[in-house]
Amino acid sequence: MFKIAKENLSALFQLIAEKQELYLPVKAAGQTNFAAWDKDAQVDLDTLKTVKSAKDAFFPQSENLYNVTKKEKKMHIEPGALKEQDFVVFGMRACDVKGVEVLDRVFLADPIDSFYAARREHGTIVAMACHEPEETCFCKVFGIDAAQPASDVAAWMIGEDLYWKALTEKGEALTEAVKELLTDADEAPVEEEKEAVHAIVEKLPYMNLSLEGWNGDALKEKFDSPVWEELYKPCLACGTCTFVCPTCQCYDIKDYTAGESVFRYRCWDSCMYSDFTMMAHGNNRNSQMQRFRQRFMHKLVYYPANNDGMYSCVGCGRCVEKCPSALNIVKVVKAFQDQGGEK
Amino acid sequence: MQEIINRAKELLADGTVARVLGWKAGDLPYNPEPAYFENAEALSDFVYNGFCGANLSKYMIEASKLEGKTLVFLKPCDTYSFNQLIKEHRVDREKAYIIGVGCKGKLDIEKIKKAGIKGIESIEGAEISDAAETLKIQTIYGEKEMAYADAMLERCHVCKGKEHQVYDELIGESKETKDAELFAEVERIEAMSPEEKFAFFQNELSKCIRCNACRNACPACNCRKCVFDSTKFDSAQKANVDTFEEKMFHIIRAFHVAGRCTDCGECSRVCPQGIPLHLFNRKFIKDIDELYGEYQAGEDTESKAPLTNFTFDDAEPSIVGKRG
Repeated sequence: MFKIAKENLSALFQLIAEKQELYLPVKAAGQTNFAAWDKDAQVDLDTLKTVKSAKDAFFPQSENLYNVTKKEKKMHIEPGALKEQDFVVFGMRACDVKGVEVLDRVFLADPIDSFYAARREHGTIVAMACHEPEETCFCKVFGIDAAQPASDVAAWMIGEDLYWKALTEKGEALTEAVKELLTDADEAPVEEEKEAVHAIVEKLPYMNLSLEGWNGDALKEKFDSPVWEELYKPCLACGTCTFVCPTCQCYDIKDYTAGESVFRYRCWDSCMYSDFTMMAHGNNRNSQMQRFRQRFMHKLVYYPANNDGMYSCVGCGRCVEKCPSALNIVKVVKAFQDQGGEK
Repeated sequence: MQEIINRAKELLADGTVARVLGWKAGDLPYNPEPAYFENAEALSDFVYNGFCGANLSKYMIEASKLEGKTLVFLKPCDTYSFNQLIKEHRVDREKAYIIGVGCKGKLDIEKIKKAGIKGIESIEGAEISDAAETLKIQTIYGEKEMAYADAMLERCHVCKGKEHQVYDELIGESKETKDAELFAEVERIEAMSPEEKFAFFQNELSKCIRCNACRNACPACNCRKCVFDSTKFDSAQKANVDTFEEKMFHIIRAFHVAGRCTDCGECSRVCPQGIPLHLFNRKFIKDIDELYGEYQAGEDTESKAPLTNFTFDDAEPSIVGKRG
């Protein structure tokens, strides 16, 4: 266990950034999101949740897969570059780290997504324990410990110091690289902090949310439930929930034609959108109820069915905070509890 | 609130309306959701408080297609949107039974959280009947207070007034909440140099995540199929690239709703990134006022809108050009 004084953090960031890219929560135009560090960046480690998760660091919202250009009479195909440089994501939370595990099971399963795999290989995650969890948080429901992120390096902000503990080989390597700024520390304050955070977590309103009955075996019962017909109605069919979500992983692949060249890119898609998974025959979900149902069935039924019971929600609560119509996954789970799936 | 619920029950019982469109209590003190109620029993979940900012006018487009009348609760500013939708033949007046509800300004949970208030357990003072000027907020981290006015949505600070523009009956009193000049923010931007303006909007719009919440919440954005959802449209409209958000999407949307936007403020309320999208629309409103005479979209259902009407006194394009 090491520590570094809060006032030395900018030196730490500078040292990391000398050798690798560094992404961390930066406040710009009033909002905090993950962004590349530079000397002028307004680093914000106090905001508990960035608006978007750190998902972009591994799975960017838009990226070019390949470019096709015409030179004289020949077509040239140039594949998009895979990440080759090491980078650090600093300041993720325990829920977001679990979110990366959810993505891993999708993108690192056969056939492996080479763009994602390259970023995972080169990325080191330094995650911060939550100091003051908020009422929208429910990570504990998914077995996540807000006070102990399962990242390469776990960090705790306690008073005027940041405590630092490497948990993996990558974490050890990063620790070695910045060792000149770290000093040995006693674990006791961290243990105390963990206990304090656990006590707060117990008081959060969503702590007792039960996921009983949400699993692969419940597919037909949940899918056919009349509850969806009521639940979806306030949904405006925007993509806010999917785009702030650390685990939503659906994307679309499109071509952008620029005169004599074509850029094939992929970008996040949202199951809330009317053209989601549209095929030549049309759309296989032609009502908003079906699209709404898809999102929650995917998180709580389909994904666990394919991934040893693991849910693809991590309880970060961003959808709870950001949905324009105040809908969210918690309300969905509760609606099924209240009505037992029957109406 | 009980008066509203009782009246809704009466209208359901006597068959005047087939359903009620209002707000349902959320599971946190600040997250009620728009909801339909089809019987008296369901109305036990009905709520109307300071957090019912959602403008229900847009939901009436779909509700107009249902059997029978829908009882809808509209705040004074929401009624402008409803009128505008009547004018555009997107809602059926005959399918709506409108109860205009009183409003003392709606609250913005983002402002409360930005003030550093977190771990919220309960909020006192947000009830519509409450005359409290201060919100008492109980949190896991102790009791906090915030002035009601400081927690209000931007749109309430430039409130259009207490009058409902269309209704069948009214319930409840409204309060004057206007304490800022409508065009003050626009004027501040107009005073900037072109470079400053560009930097300002670039800074704001680069936060855009292409979620379409602004478009989907906007009552004026009511095309059956948005051009940006077209699969035949050869732009990178789905990609999150700076060129698109900063230079196209929001500008095109603002142009498309110009002269029809009532300045209801939903775009800015719903933006997950806190982009002040209303500024574009308000600039158009200011220009229309100056070039064609004062005009408020949604004030009535009959008048011809300045941008869809020709008069010999119309501003000449060259004059418009000169004025920028």
